[in-house]
Amino acid sequence: MEILVCVKRVPDTSENEIALNDSGNDIERDDLVYSVNEWDNYAVEEALQIVEKQGGNVTVATVGGEDDEEILRREMAMGAKKSVLISDDAFVGSDGAGIATLLKAFVLQNKFDLILTGAQAEDGAAQVGGMLAAMLDYPFASLVNSIEVVGGSKLKVSREVESGNKEMNEMDLPCVLSIQTGINEPRYVGMRGIRQVASIAIPTLGAAELGVDAASVGKFAAKVQRTDYFAPALGKGSEMLTGSREEVIDKVIELVKAKGGLK
Amino acid sequence: MARIFAYIVHNDGVVDDSAVELLVAAKSIDAAAKPTAIVTGSGAELDAVCKALQDSYAEIWKISNSALAYPNAELVRKALVAVIPAASIVLLPHSHFGVDLGPGLSVKLKAACLTDIIGIEGVEGNFLKAIRQEFGGQVSTHVRCDISTGAVINVRPGAFKPETSAAAGGTVADISSAVGALTAGRRYLETVVAEAGDVDISKEAVLISIGRGIQEQDNVAIAEELAKVMGAALSCSRPVVDAKWLPKSRQVGSSGQTVKPKVYIACGISGSFQHMAGIKGNPFMVAINKNPKAPIFQVADVGIVDDLLEFLPELTSKIRELVTK
Amino acid sequence: MTGTNIYSPGQATYWFLQGQILFSIVTLIGVACFCYILAKRLAPLLGGAPDPRFGRPMMRIANGMKYWLLQWKQPRFLFAGILHIFIFAGFLALSVRSLSLVSMGISEHFSGEFSGRVGQLYNVIKDYSATLVLLAVVIAAIRRGIFKPTRYAVPEKYGKEHTSEAMLVLGLIWLLMVSESVFEASGIVLAGRGAETLVPFTLAWTFRNALLWSPRALLVNLHLGSYLIHELTFFSFLCFLPMGKHFHVITSLFNVYFAKLDRGRVKPVRWGVANLEEVKSFGVKKFEDFTWKHMLDFYSCADCGRCSDNCPANAVGRPLSPRFLSIKARDYSFAHYPIFSRATVDGAGTDVGLIGGIYSEDEIWSCTTCGACEEECPLMVEYIDKIVDLRRGMVDEGNVPQSMQKPLKALESRGNPYGKMEKKKAEWTLNKDFRQGCKVRVLDGKEKADTLYFVDSITAYDDRIQAIGRATARILDHVGENFGILGAAEKDSGHEVRRFGEETLFEELREHNTEAIKASGVKRIVTSDPHAFNALKNDYVDMPLVEHISQFIAREVKAGNINLNPVENADTVFAYHDPCYLGRHNQVYDDPRNVLDTIPGLKRVEMSRCRDRSFCCGGGGLMLFYEPKENERMGVKRVQMAAEAGANVIVTACPFCMVNMEDAIKVAGMEGRMTAIDLAELVDKQMVRRVPVTDGKESETREA
Repeated sequence: MEILVCVKRVPDTSENEIALNDSGNDIERDDLVYSVNEWDNYAVEEALQIVEKQGGNVTVATVGGEDDEEILRREMAMGAKKSVLISDDAFVGSDGAGIATLLKAFVLQNKFDLILTGAQAEDGAAQVGGMLAAMLDYPFASLVNSIEVVGGSKLKVSREVESGNKEMNEMDLPCVLSIQTGINEPRYVGMRGIRQVASIAIPTLGAAELGVDAASVGKFAAKVQRTDYFAPALGKGSEMLTGSREEVIDKVIELVKAKGGLK
Repeated sequence: MARIFAYIVHNDGVVDDSAVELLVAAKSIDAAAKPTAIVTGSGAELDAVCKALQDSYAEIWKISNSALAYPNAELVRKALVAVIPAASIVLLPHSHFGVDLGPGLSVKLKAACLTDIIGIEGVEGNFLKAIRQEFGGQVSTHVRCDISTGAVINVRPGAFKPETSAAAGGTVADISSAVGALTAGRRYLETVVAEAGDVDISKEAVLISIGRGIQEQDNVAIAEELAKVMGAALSCSRPVVDAKWLPKSRQVGSSGQTVKPKVYIACGISGSFQHMAGIKGNPFMVAINKNPKAPIFQVADVGIVDDLLEFLPELTSKIRELVTK
Repeated sequence: MTGTNIYSPGQATYWFLQGQILFSIVTLIGVACFCYILAKRLAPLLGGAPDPRFGRPMMRIANGMKYWLLQWKQPRFLFAGILHIFIFAGFLALSVRSLSLVSMGISEHFSGEFSGRVGQLYNVIKDYSATLVLLAVVIAAIRRGIFKPTRYAVPEKYGKEHTSEAMLVLGLIWLLMVSESVFEASGIVLAGRGAETLVPFTLAWTFRNALLWSPRALLVNLHLGSYLIHELTFFSFLCFLPMGKHFHVITSLFNVYFAKLDRGRVKPVRWGVANLEEVKSFGVKKFEDFTWKHMLDFYSCADCGRCSDNCPANAVGRPLSPRFLSIKARDYSFAHYPIFSRATVDGAGTDVGLIGGIYSEDEIWSCTTCGACEEECPLMVEYIDKIVDLRRGMVDEGNVPQSMQKPLKALESRGNPYGKMEKKKAEWTLNKDFRQGCKVRVLDGKEKADTLYFVDSITAYDDRIQAIGRATARILDHVGENFGILGAAEKDSGHEVRRFGEETLFEELREHNTEAIKASGVKRIVTSDPHAFNALKNDYVDMPLVEHISQFIAREVKAGNINLNPVENADTVFAYHDPCYLGRHNQVYDDPRNVLDTIPGLKRVEMSRCRDRSFCCGGGGLMLFYEPKENERMGVKRVQMAAEAGANVIVTACPFCMVNMEDAIKVAGMEGRMTAIDLAELVDKQMVRRVPVTDGKESETREA
């Protein structure tokens, strides 16, 4: 099976303190460390496990710039056979639809049986997978937490729905799936593996190579744009209890008892 | 002003809470708007839903089709594309169904796509201004969306509080015939119900809930002690289940259980919306968290900034003293 | 046998064969078999990874004297140890006799008599040796066979019981002693020297007395028969040795000679290869990846179980038993490199790797590298290097437990396992109350100092442990030490990273820190973290002098620069817990104790497991992130040991020990009955100062 996994380089929430900058219109970006989006990493691991059983290759692609090559390398160190950087000045500022348009152009130049994305990235938009599928007219399922290959041309996937239930679906190939965290246990990528792929050349595809009309993507084509970051005016919020721990505990017990919380 | 549609989610003939929230969202876009509810399904359940919607929506479009008995997003999309006029705004809840449907629908309708919206500031010309969050709720952002060719807007459940208003006395229009044959490369098979745990937290009145702040599996016992002494049940947020410290049946949240306790004690939980989405009925909430800036302190009734690993054992012994007296 | 007048075995006739011929054949076959078996056993070693063990011969010879000849470690397990010393000493003493017996049958030049005063002395030694050996094996057999101590039990998953092998060998030794003594005794009587004085209460003496009046024919048969039995048994025993745990009888001398000389240091990924990029495969994935010395270790394991007895992971029910690490590998090697058939290995290795084959992942991740096993082993078998090598193999394959991937990734991007920002590394010095009394300089190029306080990750970032950092800084400040910290330029020492098998990441951290340290120009490094101490001292190269704060304090106290106030509460009883990387690995046992003992009125008790027998707290560094399957925590056992010793305060000198102790006190429900304090914190508290220090909270737990 030829599997494409679309990945994104994001500031890792566990290794960064996300805070607004001094002007209050963006997040503080000095000192951020980046890594591959957690959901995407699960997707790559899933793809690797599928090709380990079924044969085939995993390709990873990202839309971005030179800085984004590091995550492509990391996923190659993990086991992805090929990687591609989709990059062009014209692509900067693309919204979700723009990114999906670029990925669609790449998909149409190749033959992929399955396309995976992470269910969402740090911006929580959760759009690219669904958009890409609709643009390609491939079936789509989101929040996938298990994949079973059935025969040569179908998949049985389960989606995470409420109450921990699993919605089972049958998908025709080729299809697009967005992957939820927890679907597997991603393998460790050691420093050594990363060193070994450090000098592999990664092909870059621009507007010309993809055959994409620059006017359909990028900043000016983007229908959705983020205008700023801000800290919301805090509402009333909780009544914060103060005092010594003993005093706080007494107050909590009093309040909880009043609400019928203590038997 | 574009026409506004609200897609109604329902289950077993019962309308989902999101239906009235979408109404409020629609009003934030256009105060004068009379959004049309659009609902798909089949049989008596669908009829019951349409009837219930008449109280809130002025107009209801019903699409009845046996293929839509279970809401397969791929099929629903096909149905909607057949009937929704160009340049419309379609509102959806940003739930597991909404993420399944919304983005693809926006492509087929050639409309813009906004997801996980928590606030709408209004429309200026061709632009809709809305509010989102990023980084797990740590920062908020303003977004601007070009709605000249319409928009599909996924609204975060619980972000738009329903208002009580007079009954709308809506009419139900059956437009099932406008929808052609429905097939897709995705076929719904069945829903596998999660294994019932030993405790059904959705029925519990008092919940002690733990999050990432519990730090390691061995510390779960500290919360268990408190639950025991209070006669309460132990629940948790997603990270605890992902780490396999508690079974899935204990998870509160959009992908876990929905709970309606009287008292909810959130220990080391940051308060992400996915978790809060699982708490209904406005319980009395006490939040204990080391981080004074944790989002949970926006929603809890009472907040305590302290180390839960030290606070909980002391709370437990104090309660134990009182109970044995 | 015929010829009742001929009682020299060489001259006698055994079933139509002259003795000389028979025993020449027996000897030839015996030696040939033995050599063949040894060659087969040696084969896998020749294919093993390189291991330079030939340097520093004087030290090695000294080790040989101490640990092999003098059996230095045996008495650590008293009863069995004494028994073994008897058997060992006896075997050594009897080796001359054995050789003479063999020669006796082959050549008439050897009469088997020892003449002169030396000869007589030897006879006495020999006779007592044989007797003691016999006594020892009988006691051992009774112990093994009747009392069956549980420590010898073999858990089902590890295979069958080893008792039958043990009994067989005991039986063979018994036979050797008896046959030798019967031969001796019957020979003496036959020679008409039955009235001669023999040392009393020896086997020979006993048999002589019994045989004194026996008919000649019987005596001759006994004499010749016992010789035959002895020779056959001797060569059978010799050839049996390499077939099981008694291989150690032969390999022990070599294993001790080639033992590791550098404590606390971890072997490189591959000896002789400095550049990691040249190594194709990291770590041990298949048996042949082990070094020859490690393979020799497997052969030399005597299955005594002292390692597992003292292994803290084993004690808490983790799936690790060092004894079985060795035995399973030995059995693997025996099965795949058999004596009597072809090796079932091709050049590329075997079908099943070690992990998932004879070892499980959890088994290998369970180790805290405390070194208790290596400390106990009388044969100097090494474990830590093997476990690190196995981990390297797993890491190379991407096989790392999920719980440890996050801290490893954080170490890669942020230089610490918590993912905290580098610029916050010196935040612990900014505590308001602390800063008023003590200014800690960051050596960023503009600031220079003689001494570097290497803080390391946990002390810099953990809210509770920062108090140890502040206490240490105050102590340094108090004695007027010209010191500073590296601040954001300091990354994790990488000590645990290396021991978890992530060698490449370790090298990166080491390179970074080495550059920063060199750039700072400091002449001395002091640290309050034994893991950092061990790393800088033993894993890093070309470092200035490195000291642990306990050594520093001890010296300053002795010089009179630090004076300590008496304890306030007369009821407190202190027990010092030796951190593994300060005590066992670096042998700093006395400095911390001396410091404690200078505190007037301080009551101190020793736990039964102290000094080099200290019981690991549970481990530090990345070990704090590992989620083991265990029955209880090591820390809980340790605080219980402290309570058993009569203490109510446990003093540690390691931030990880502190974390584990304080956690354990809570988990064990001992709050109120036991507290933990770091040595630096205690000294800081008791230090006599001109101006008393105000420090906000006494025990700096997390800010509310």
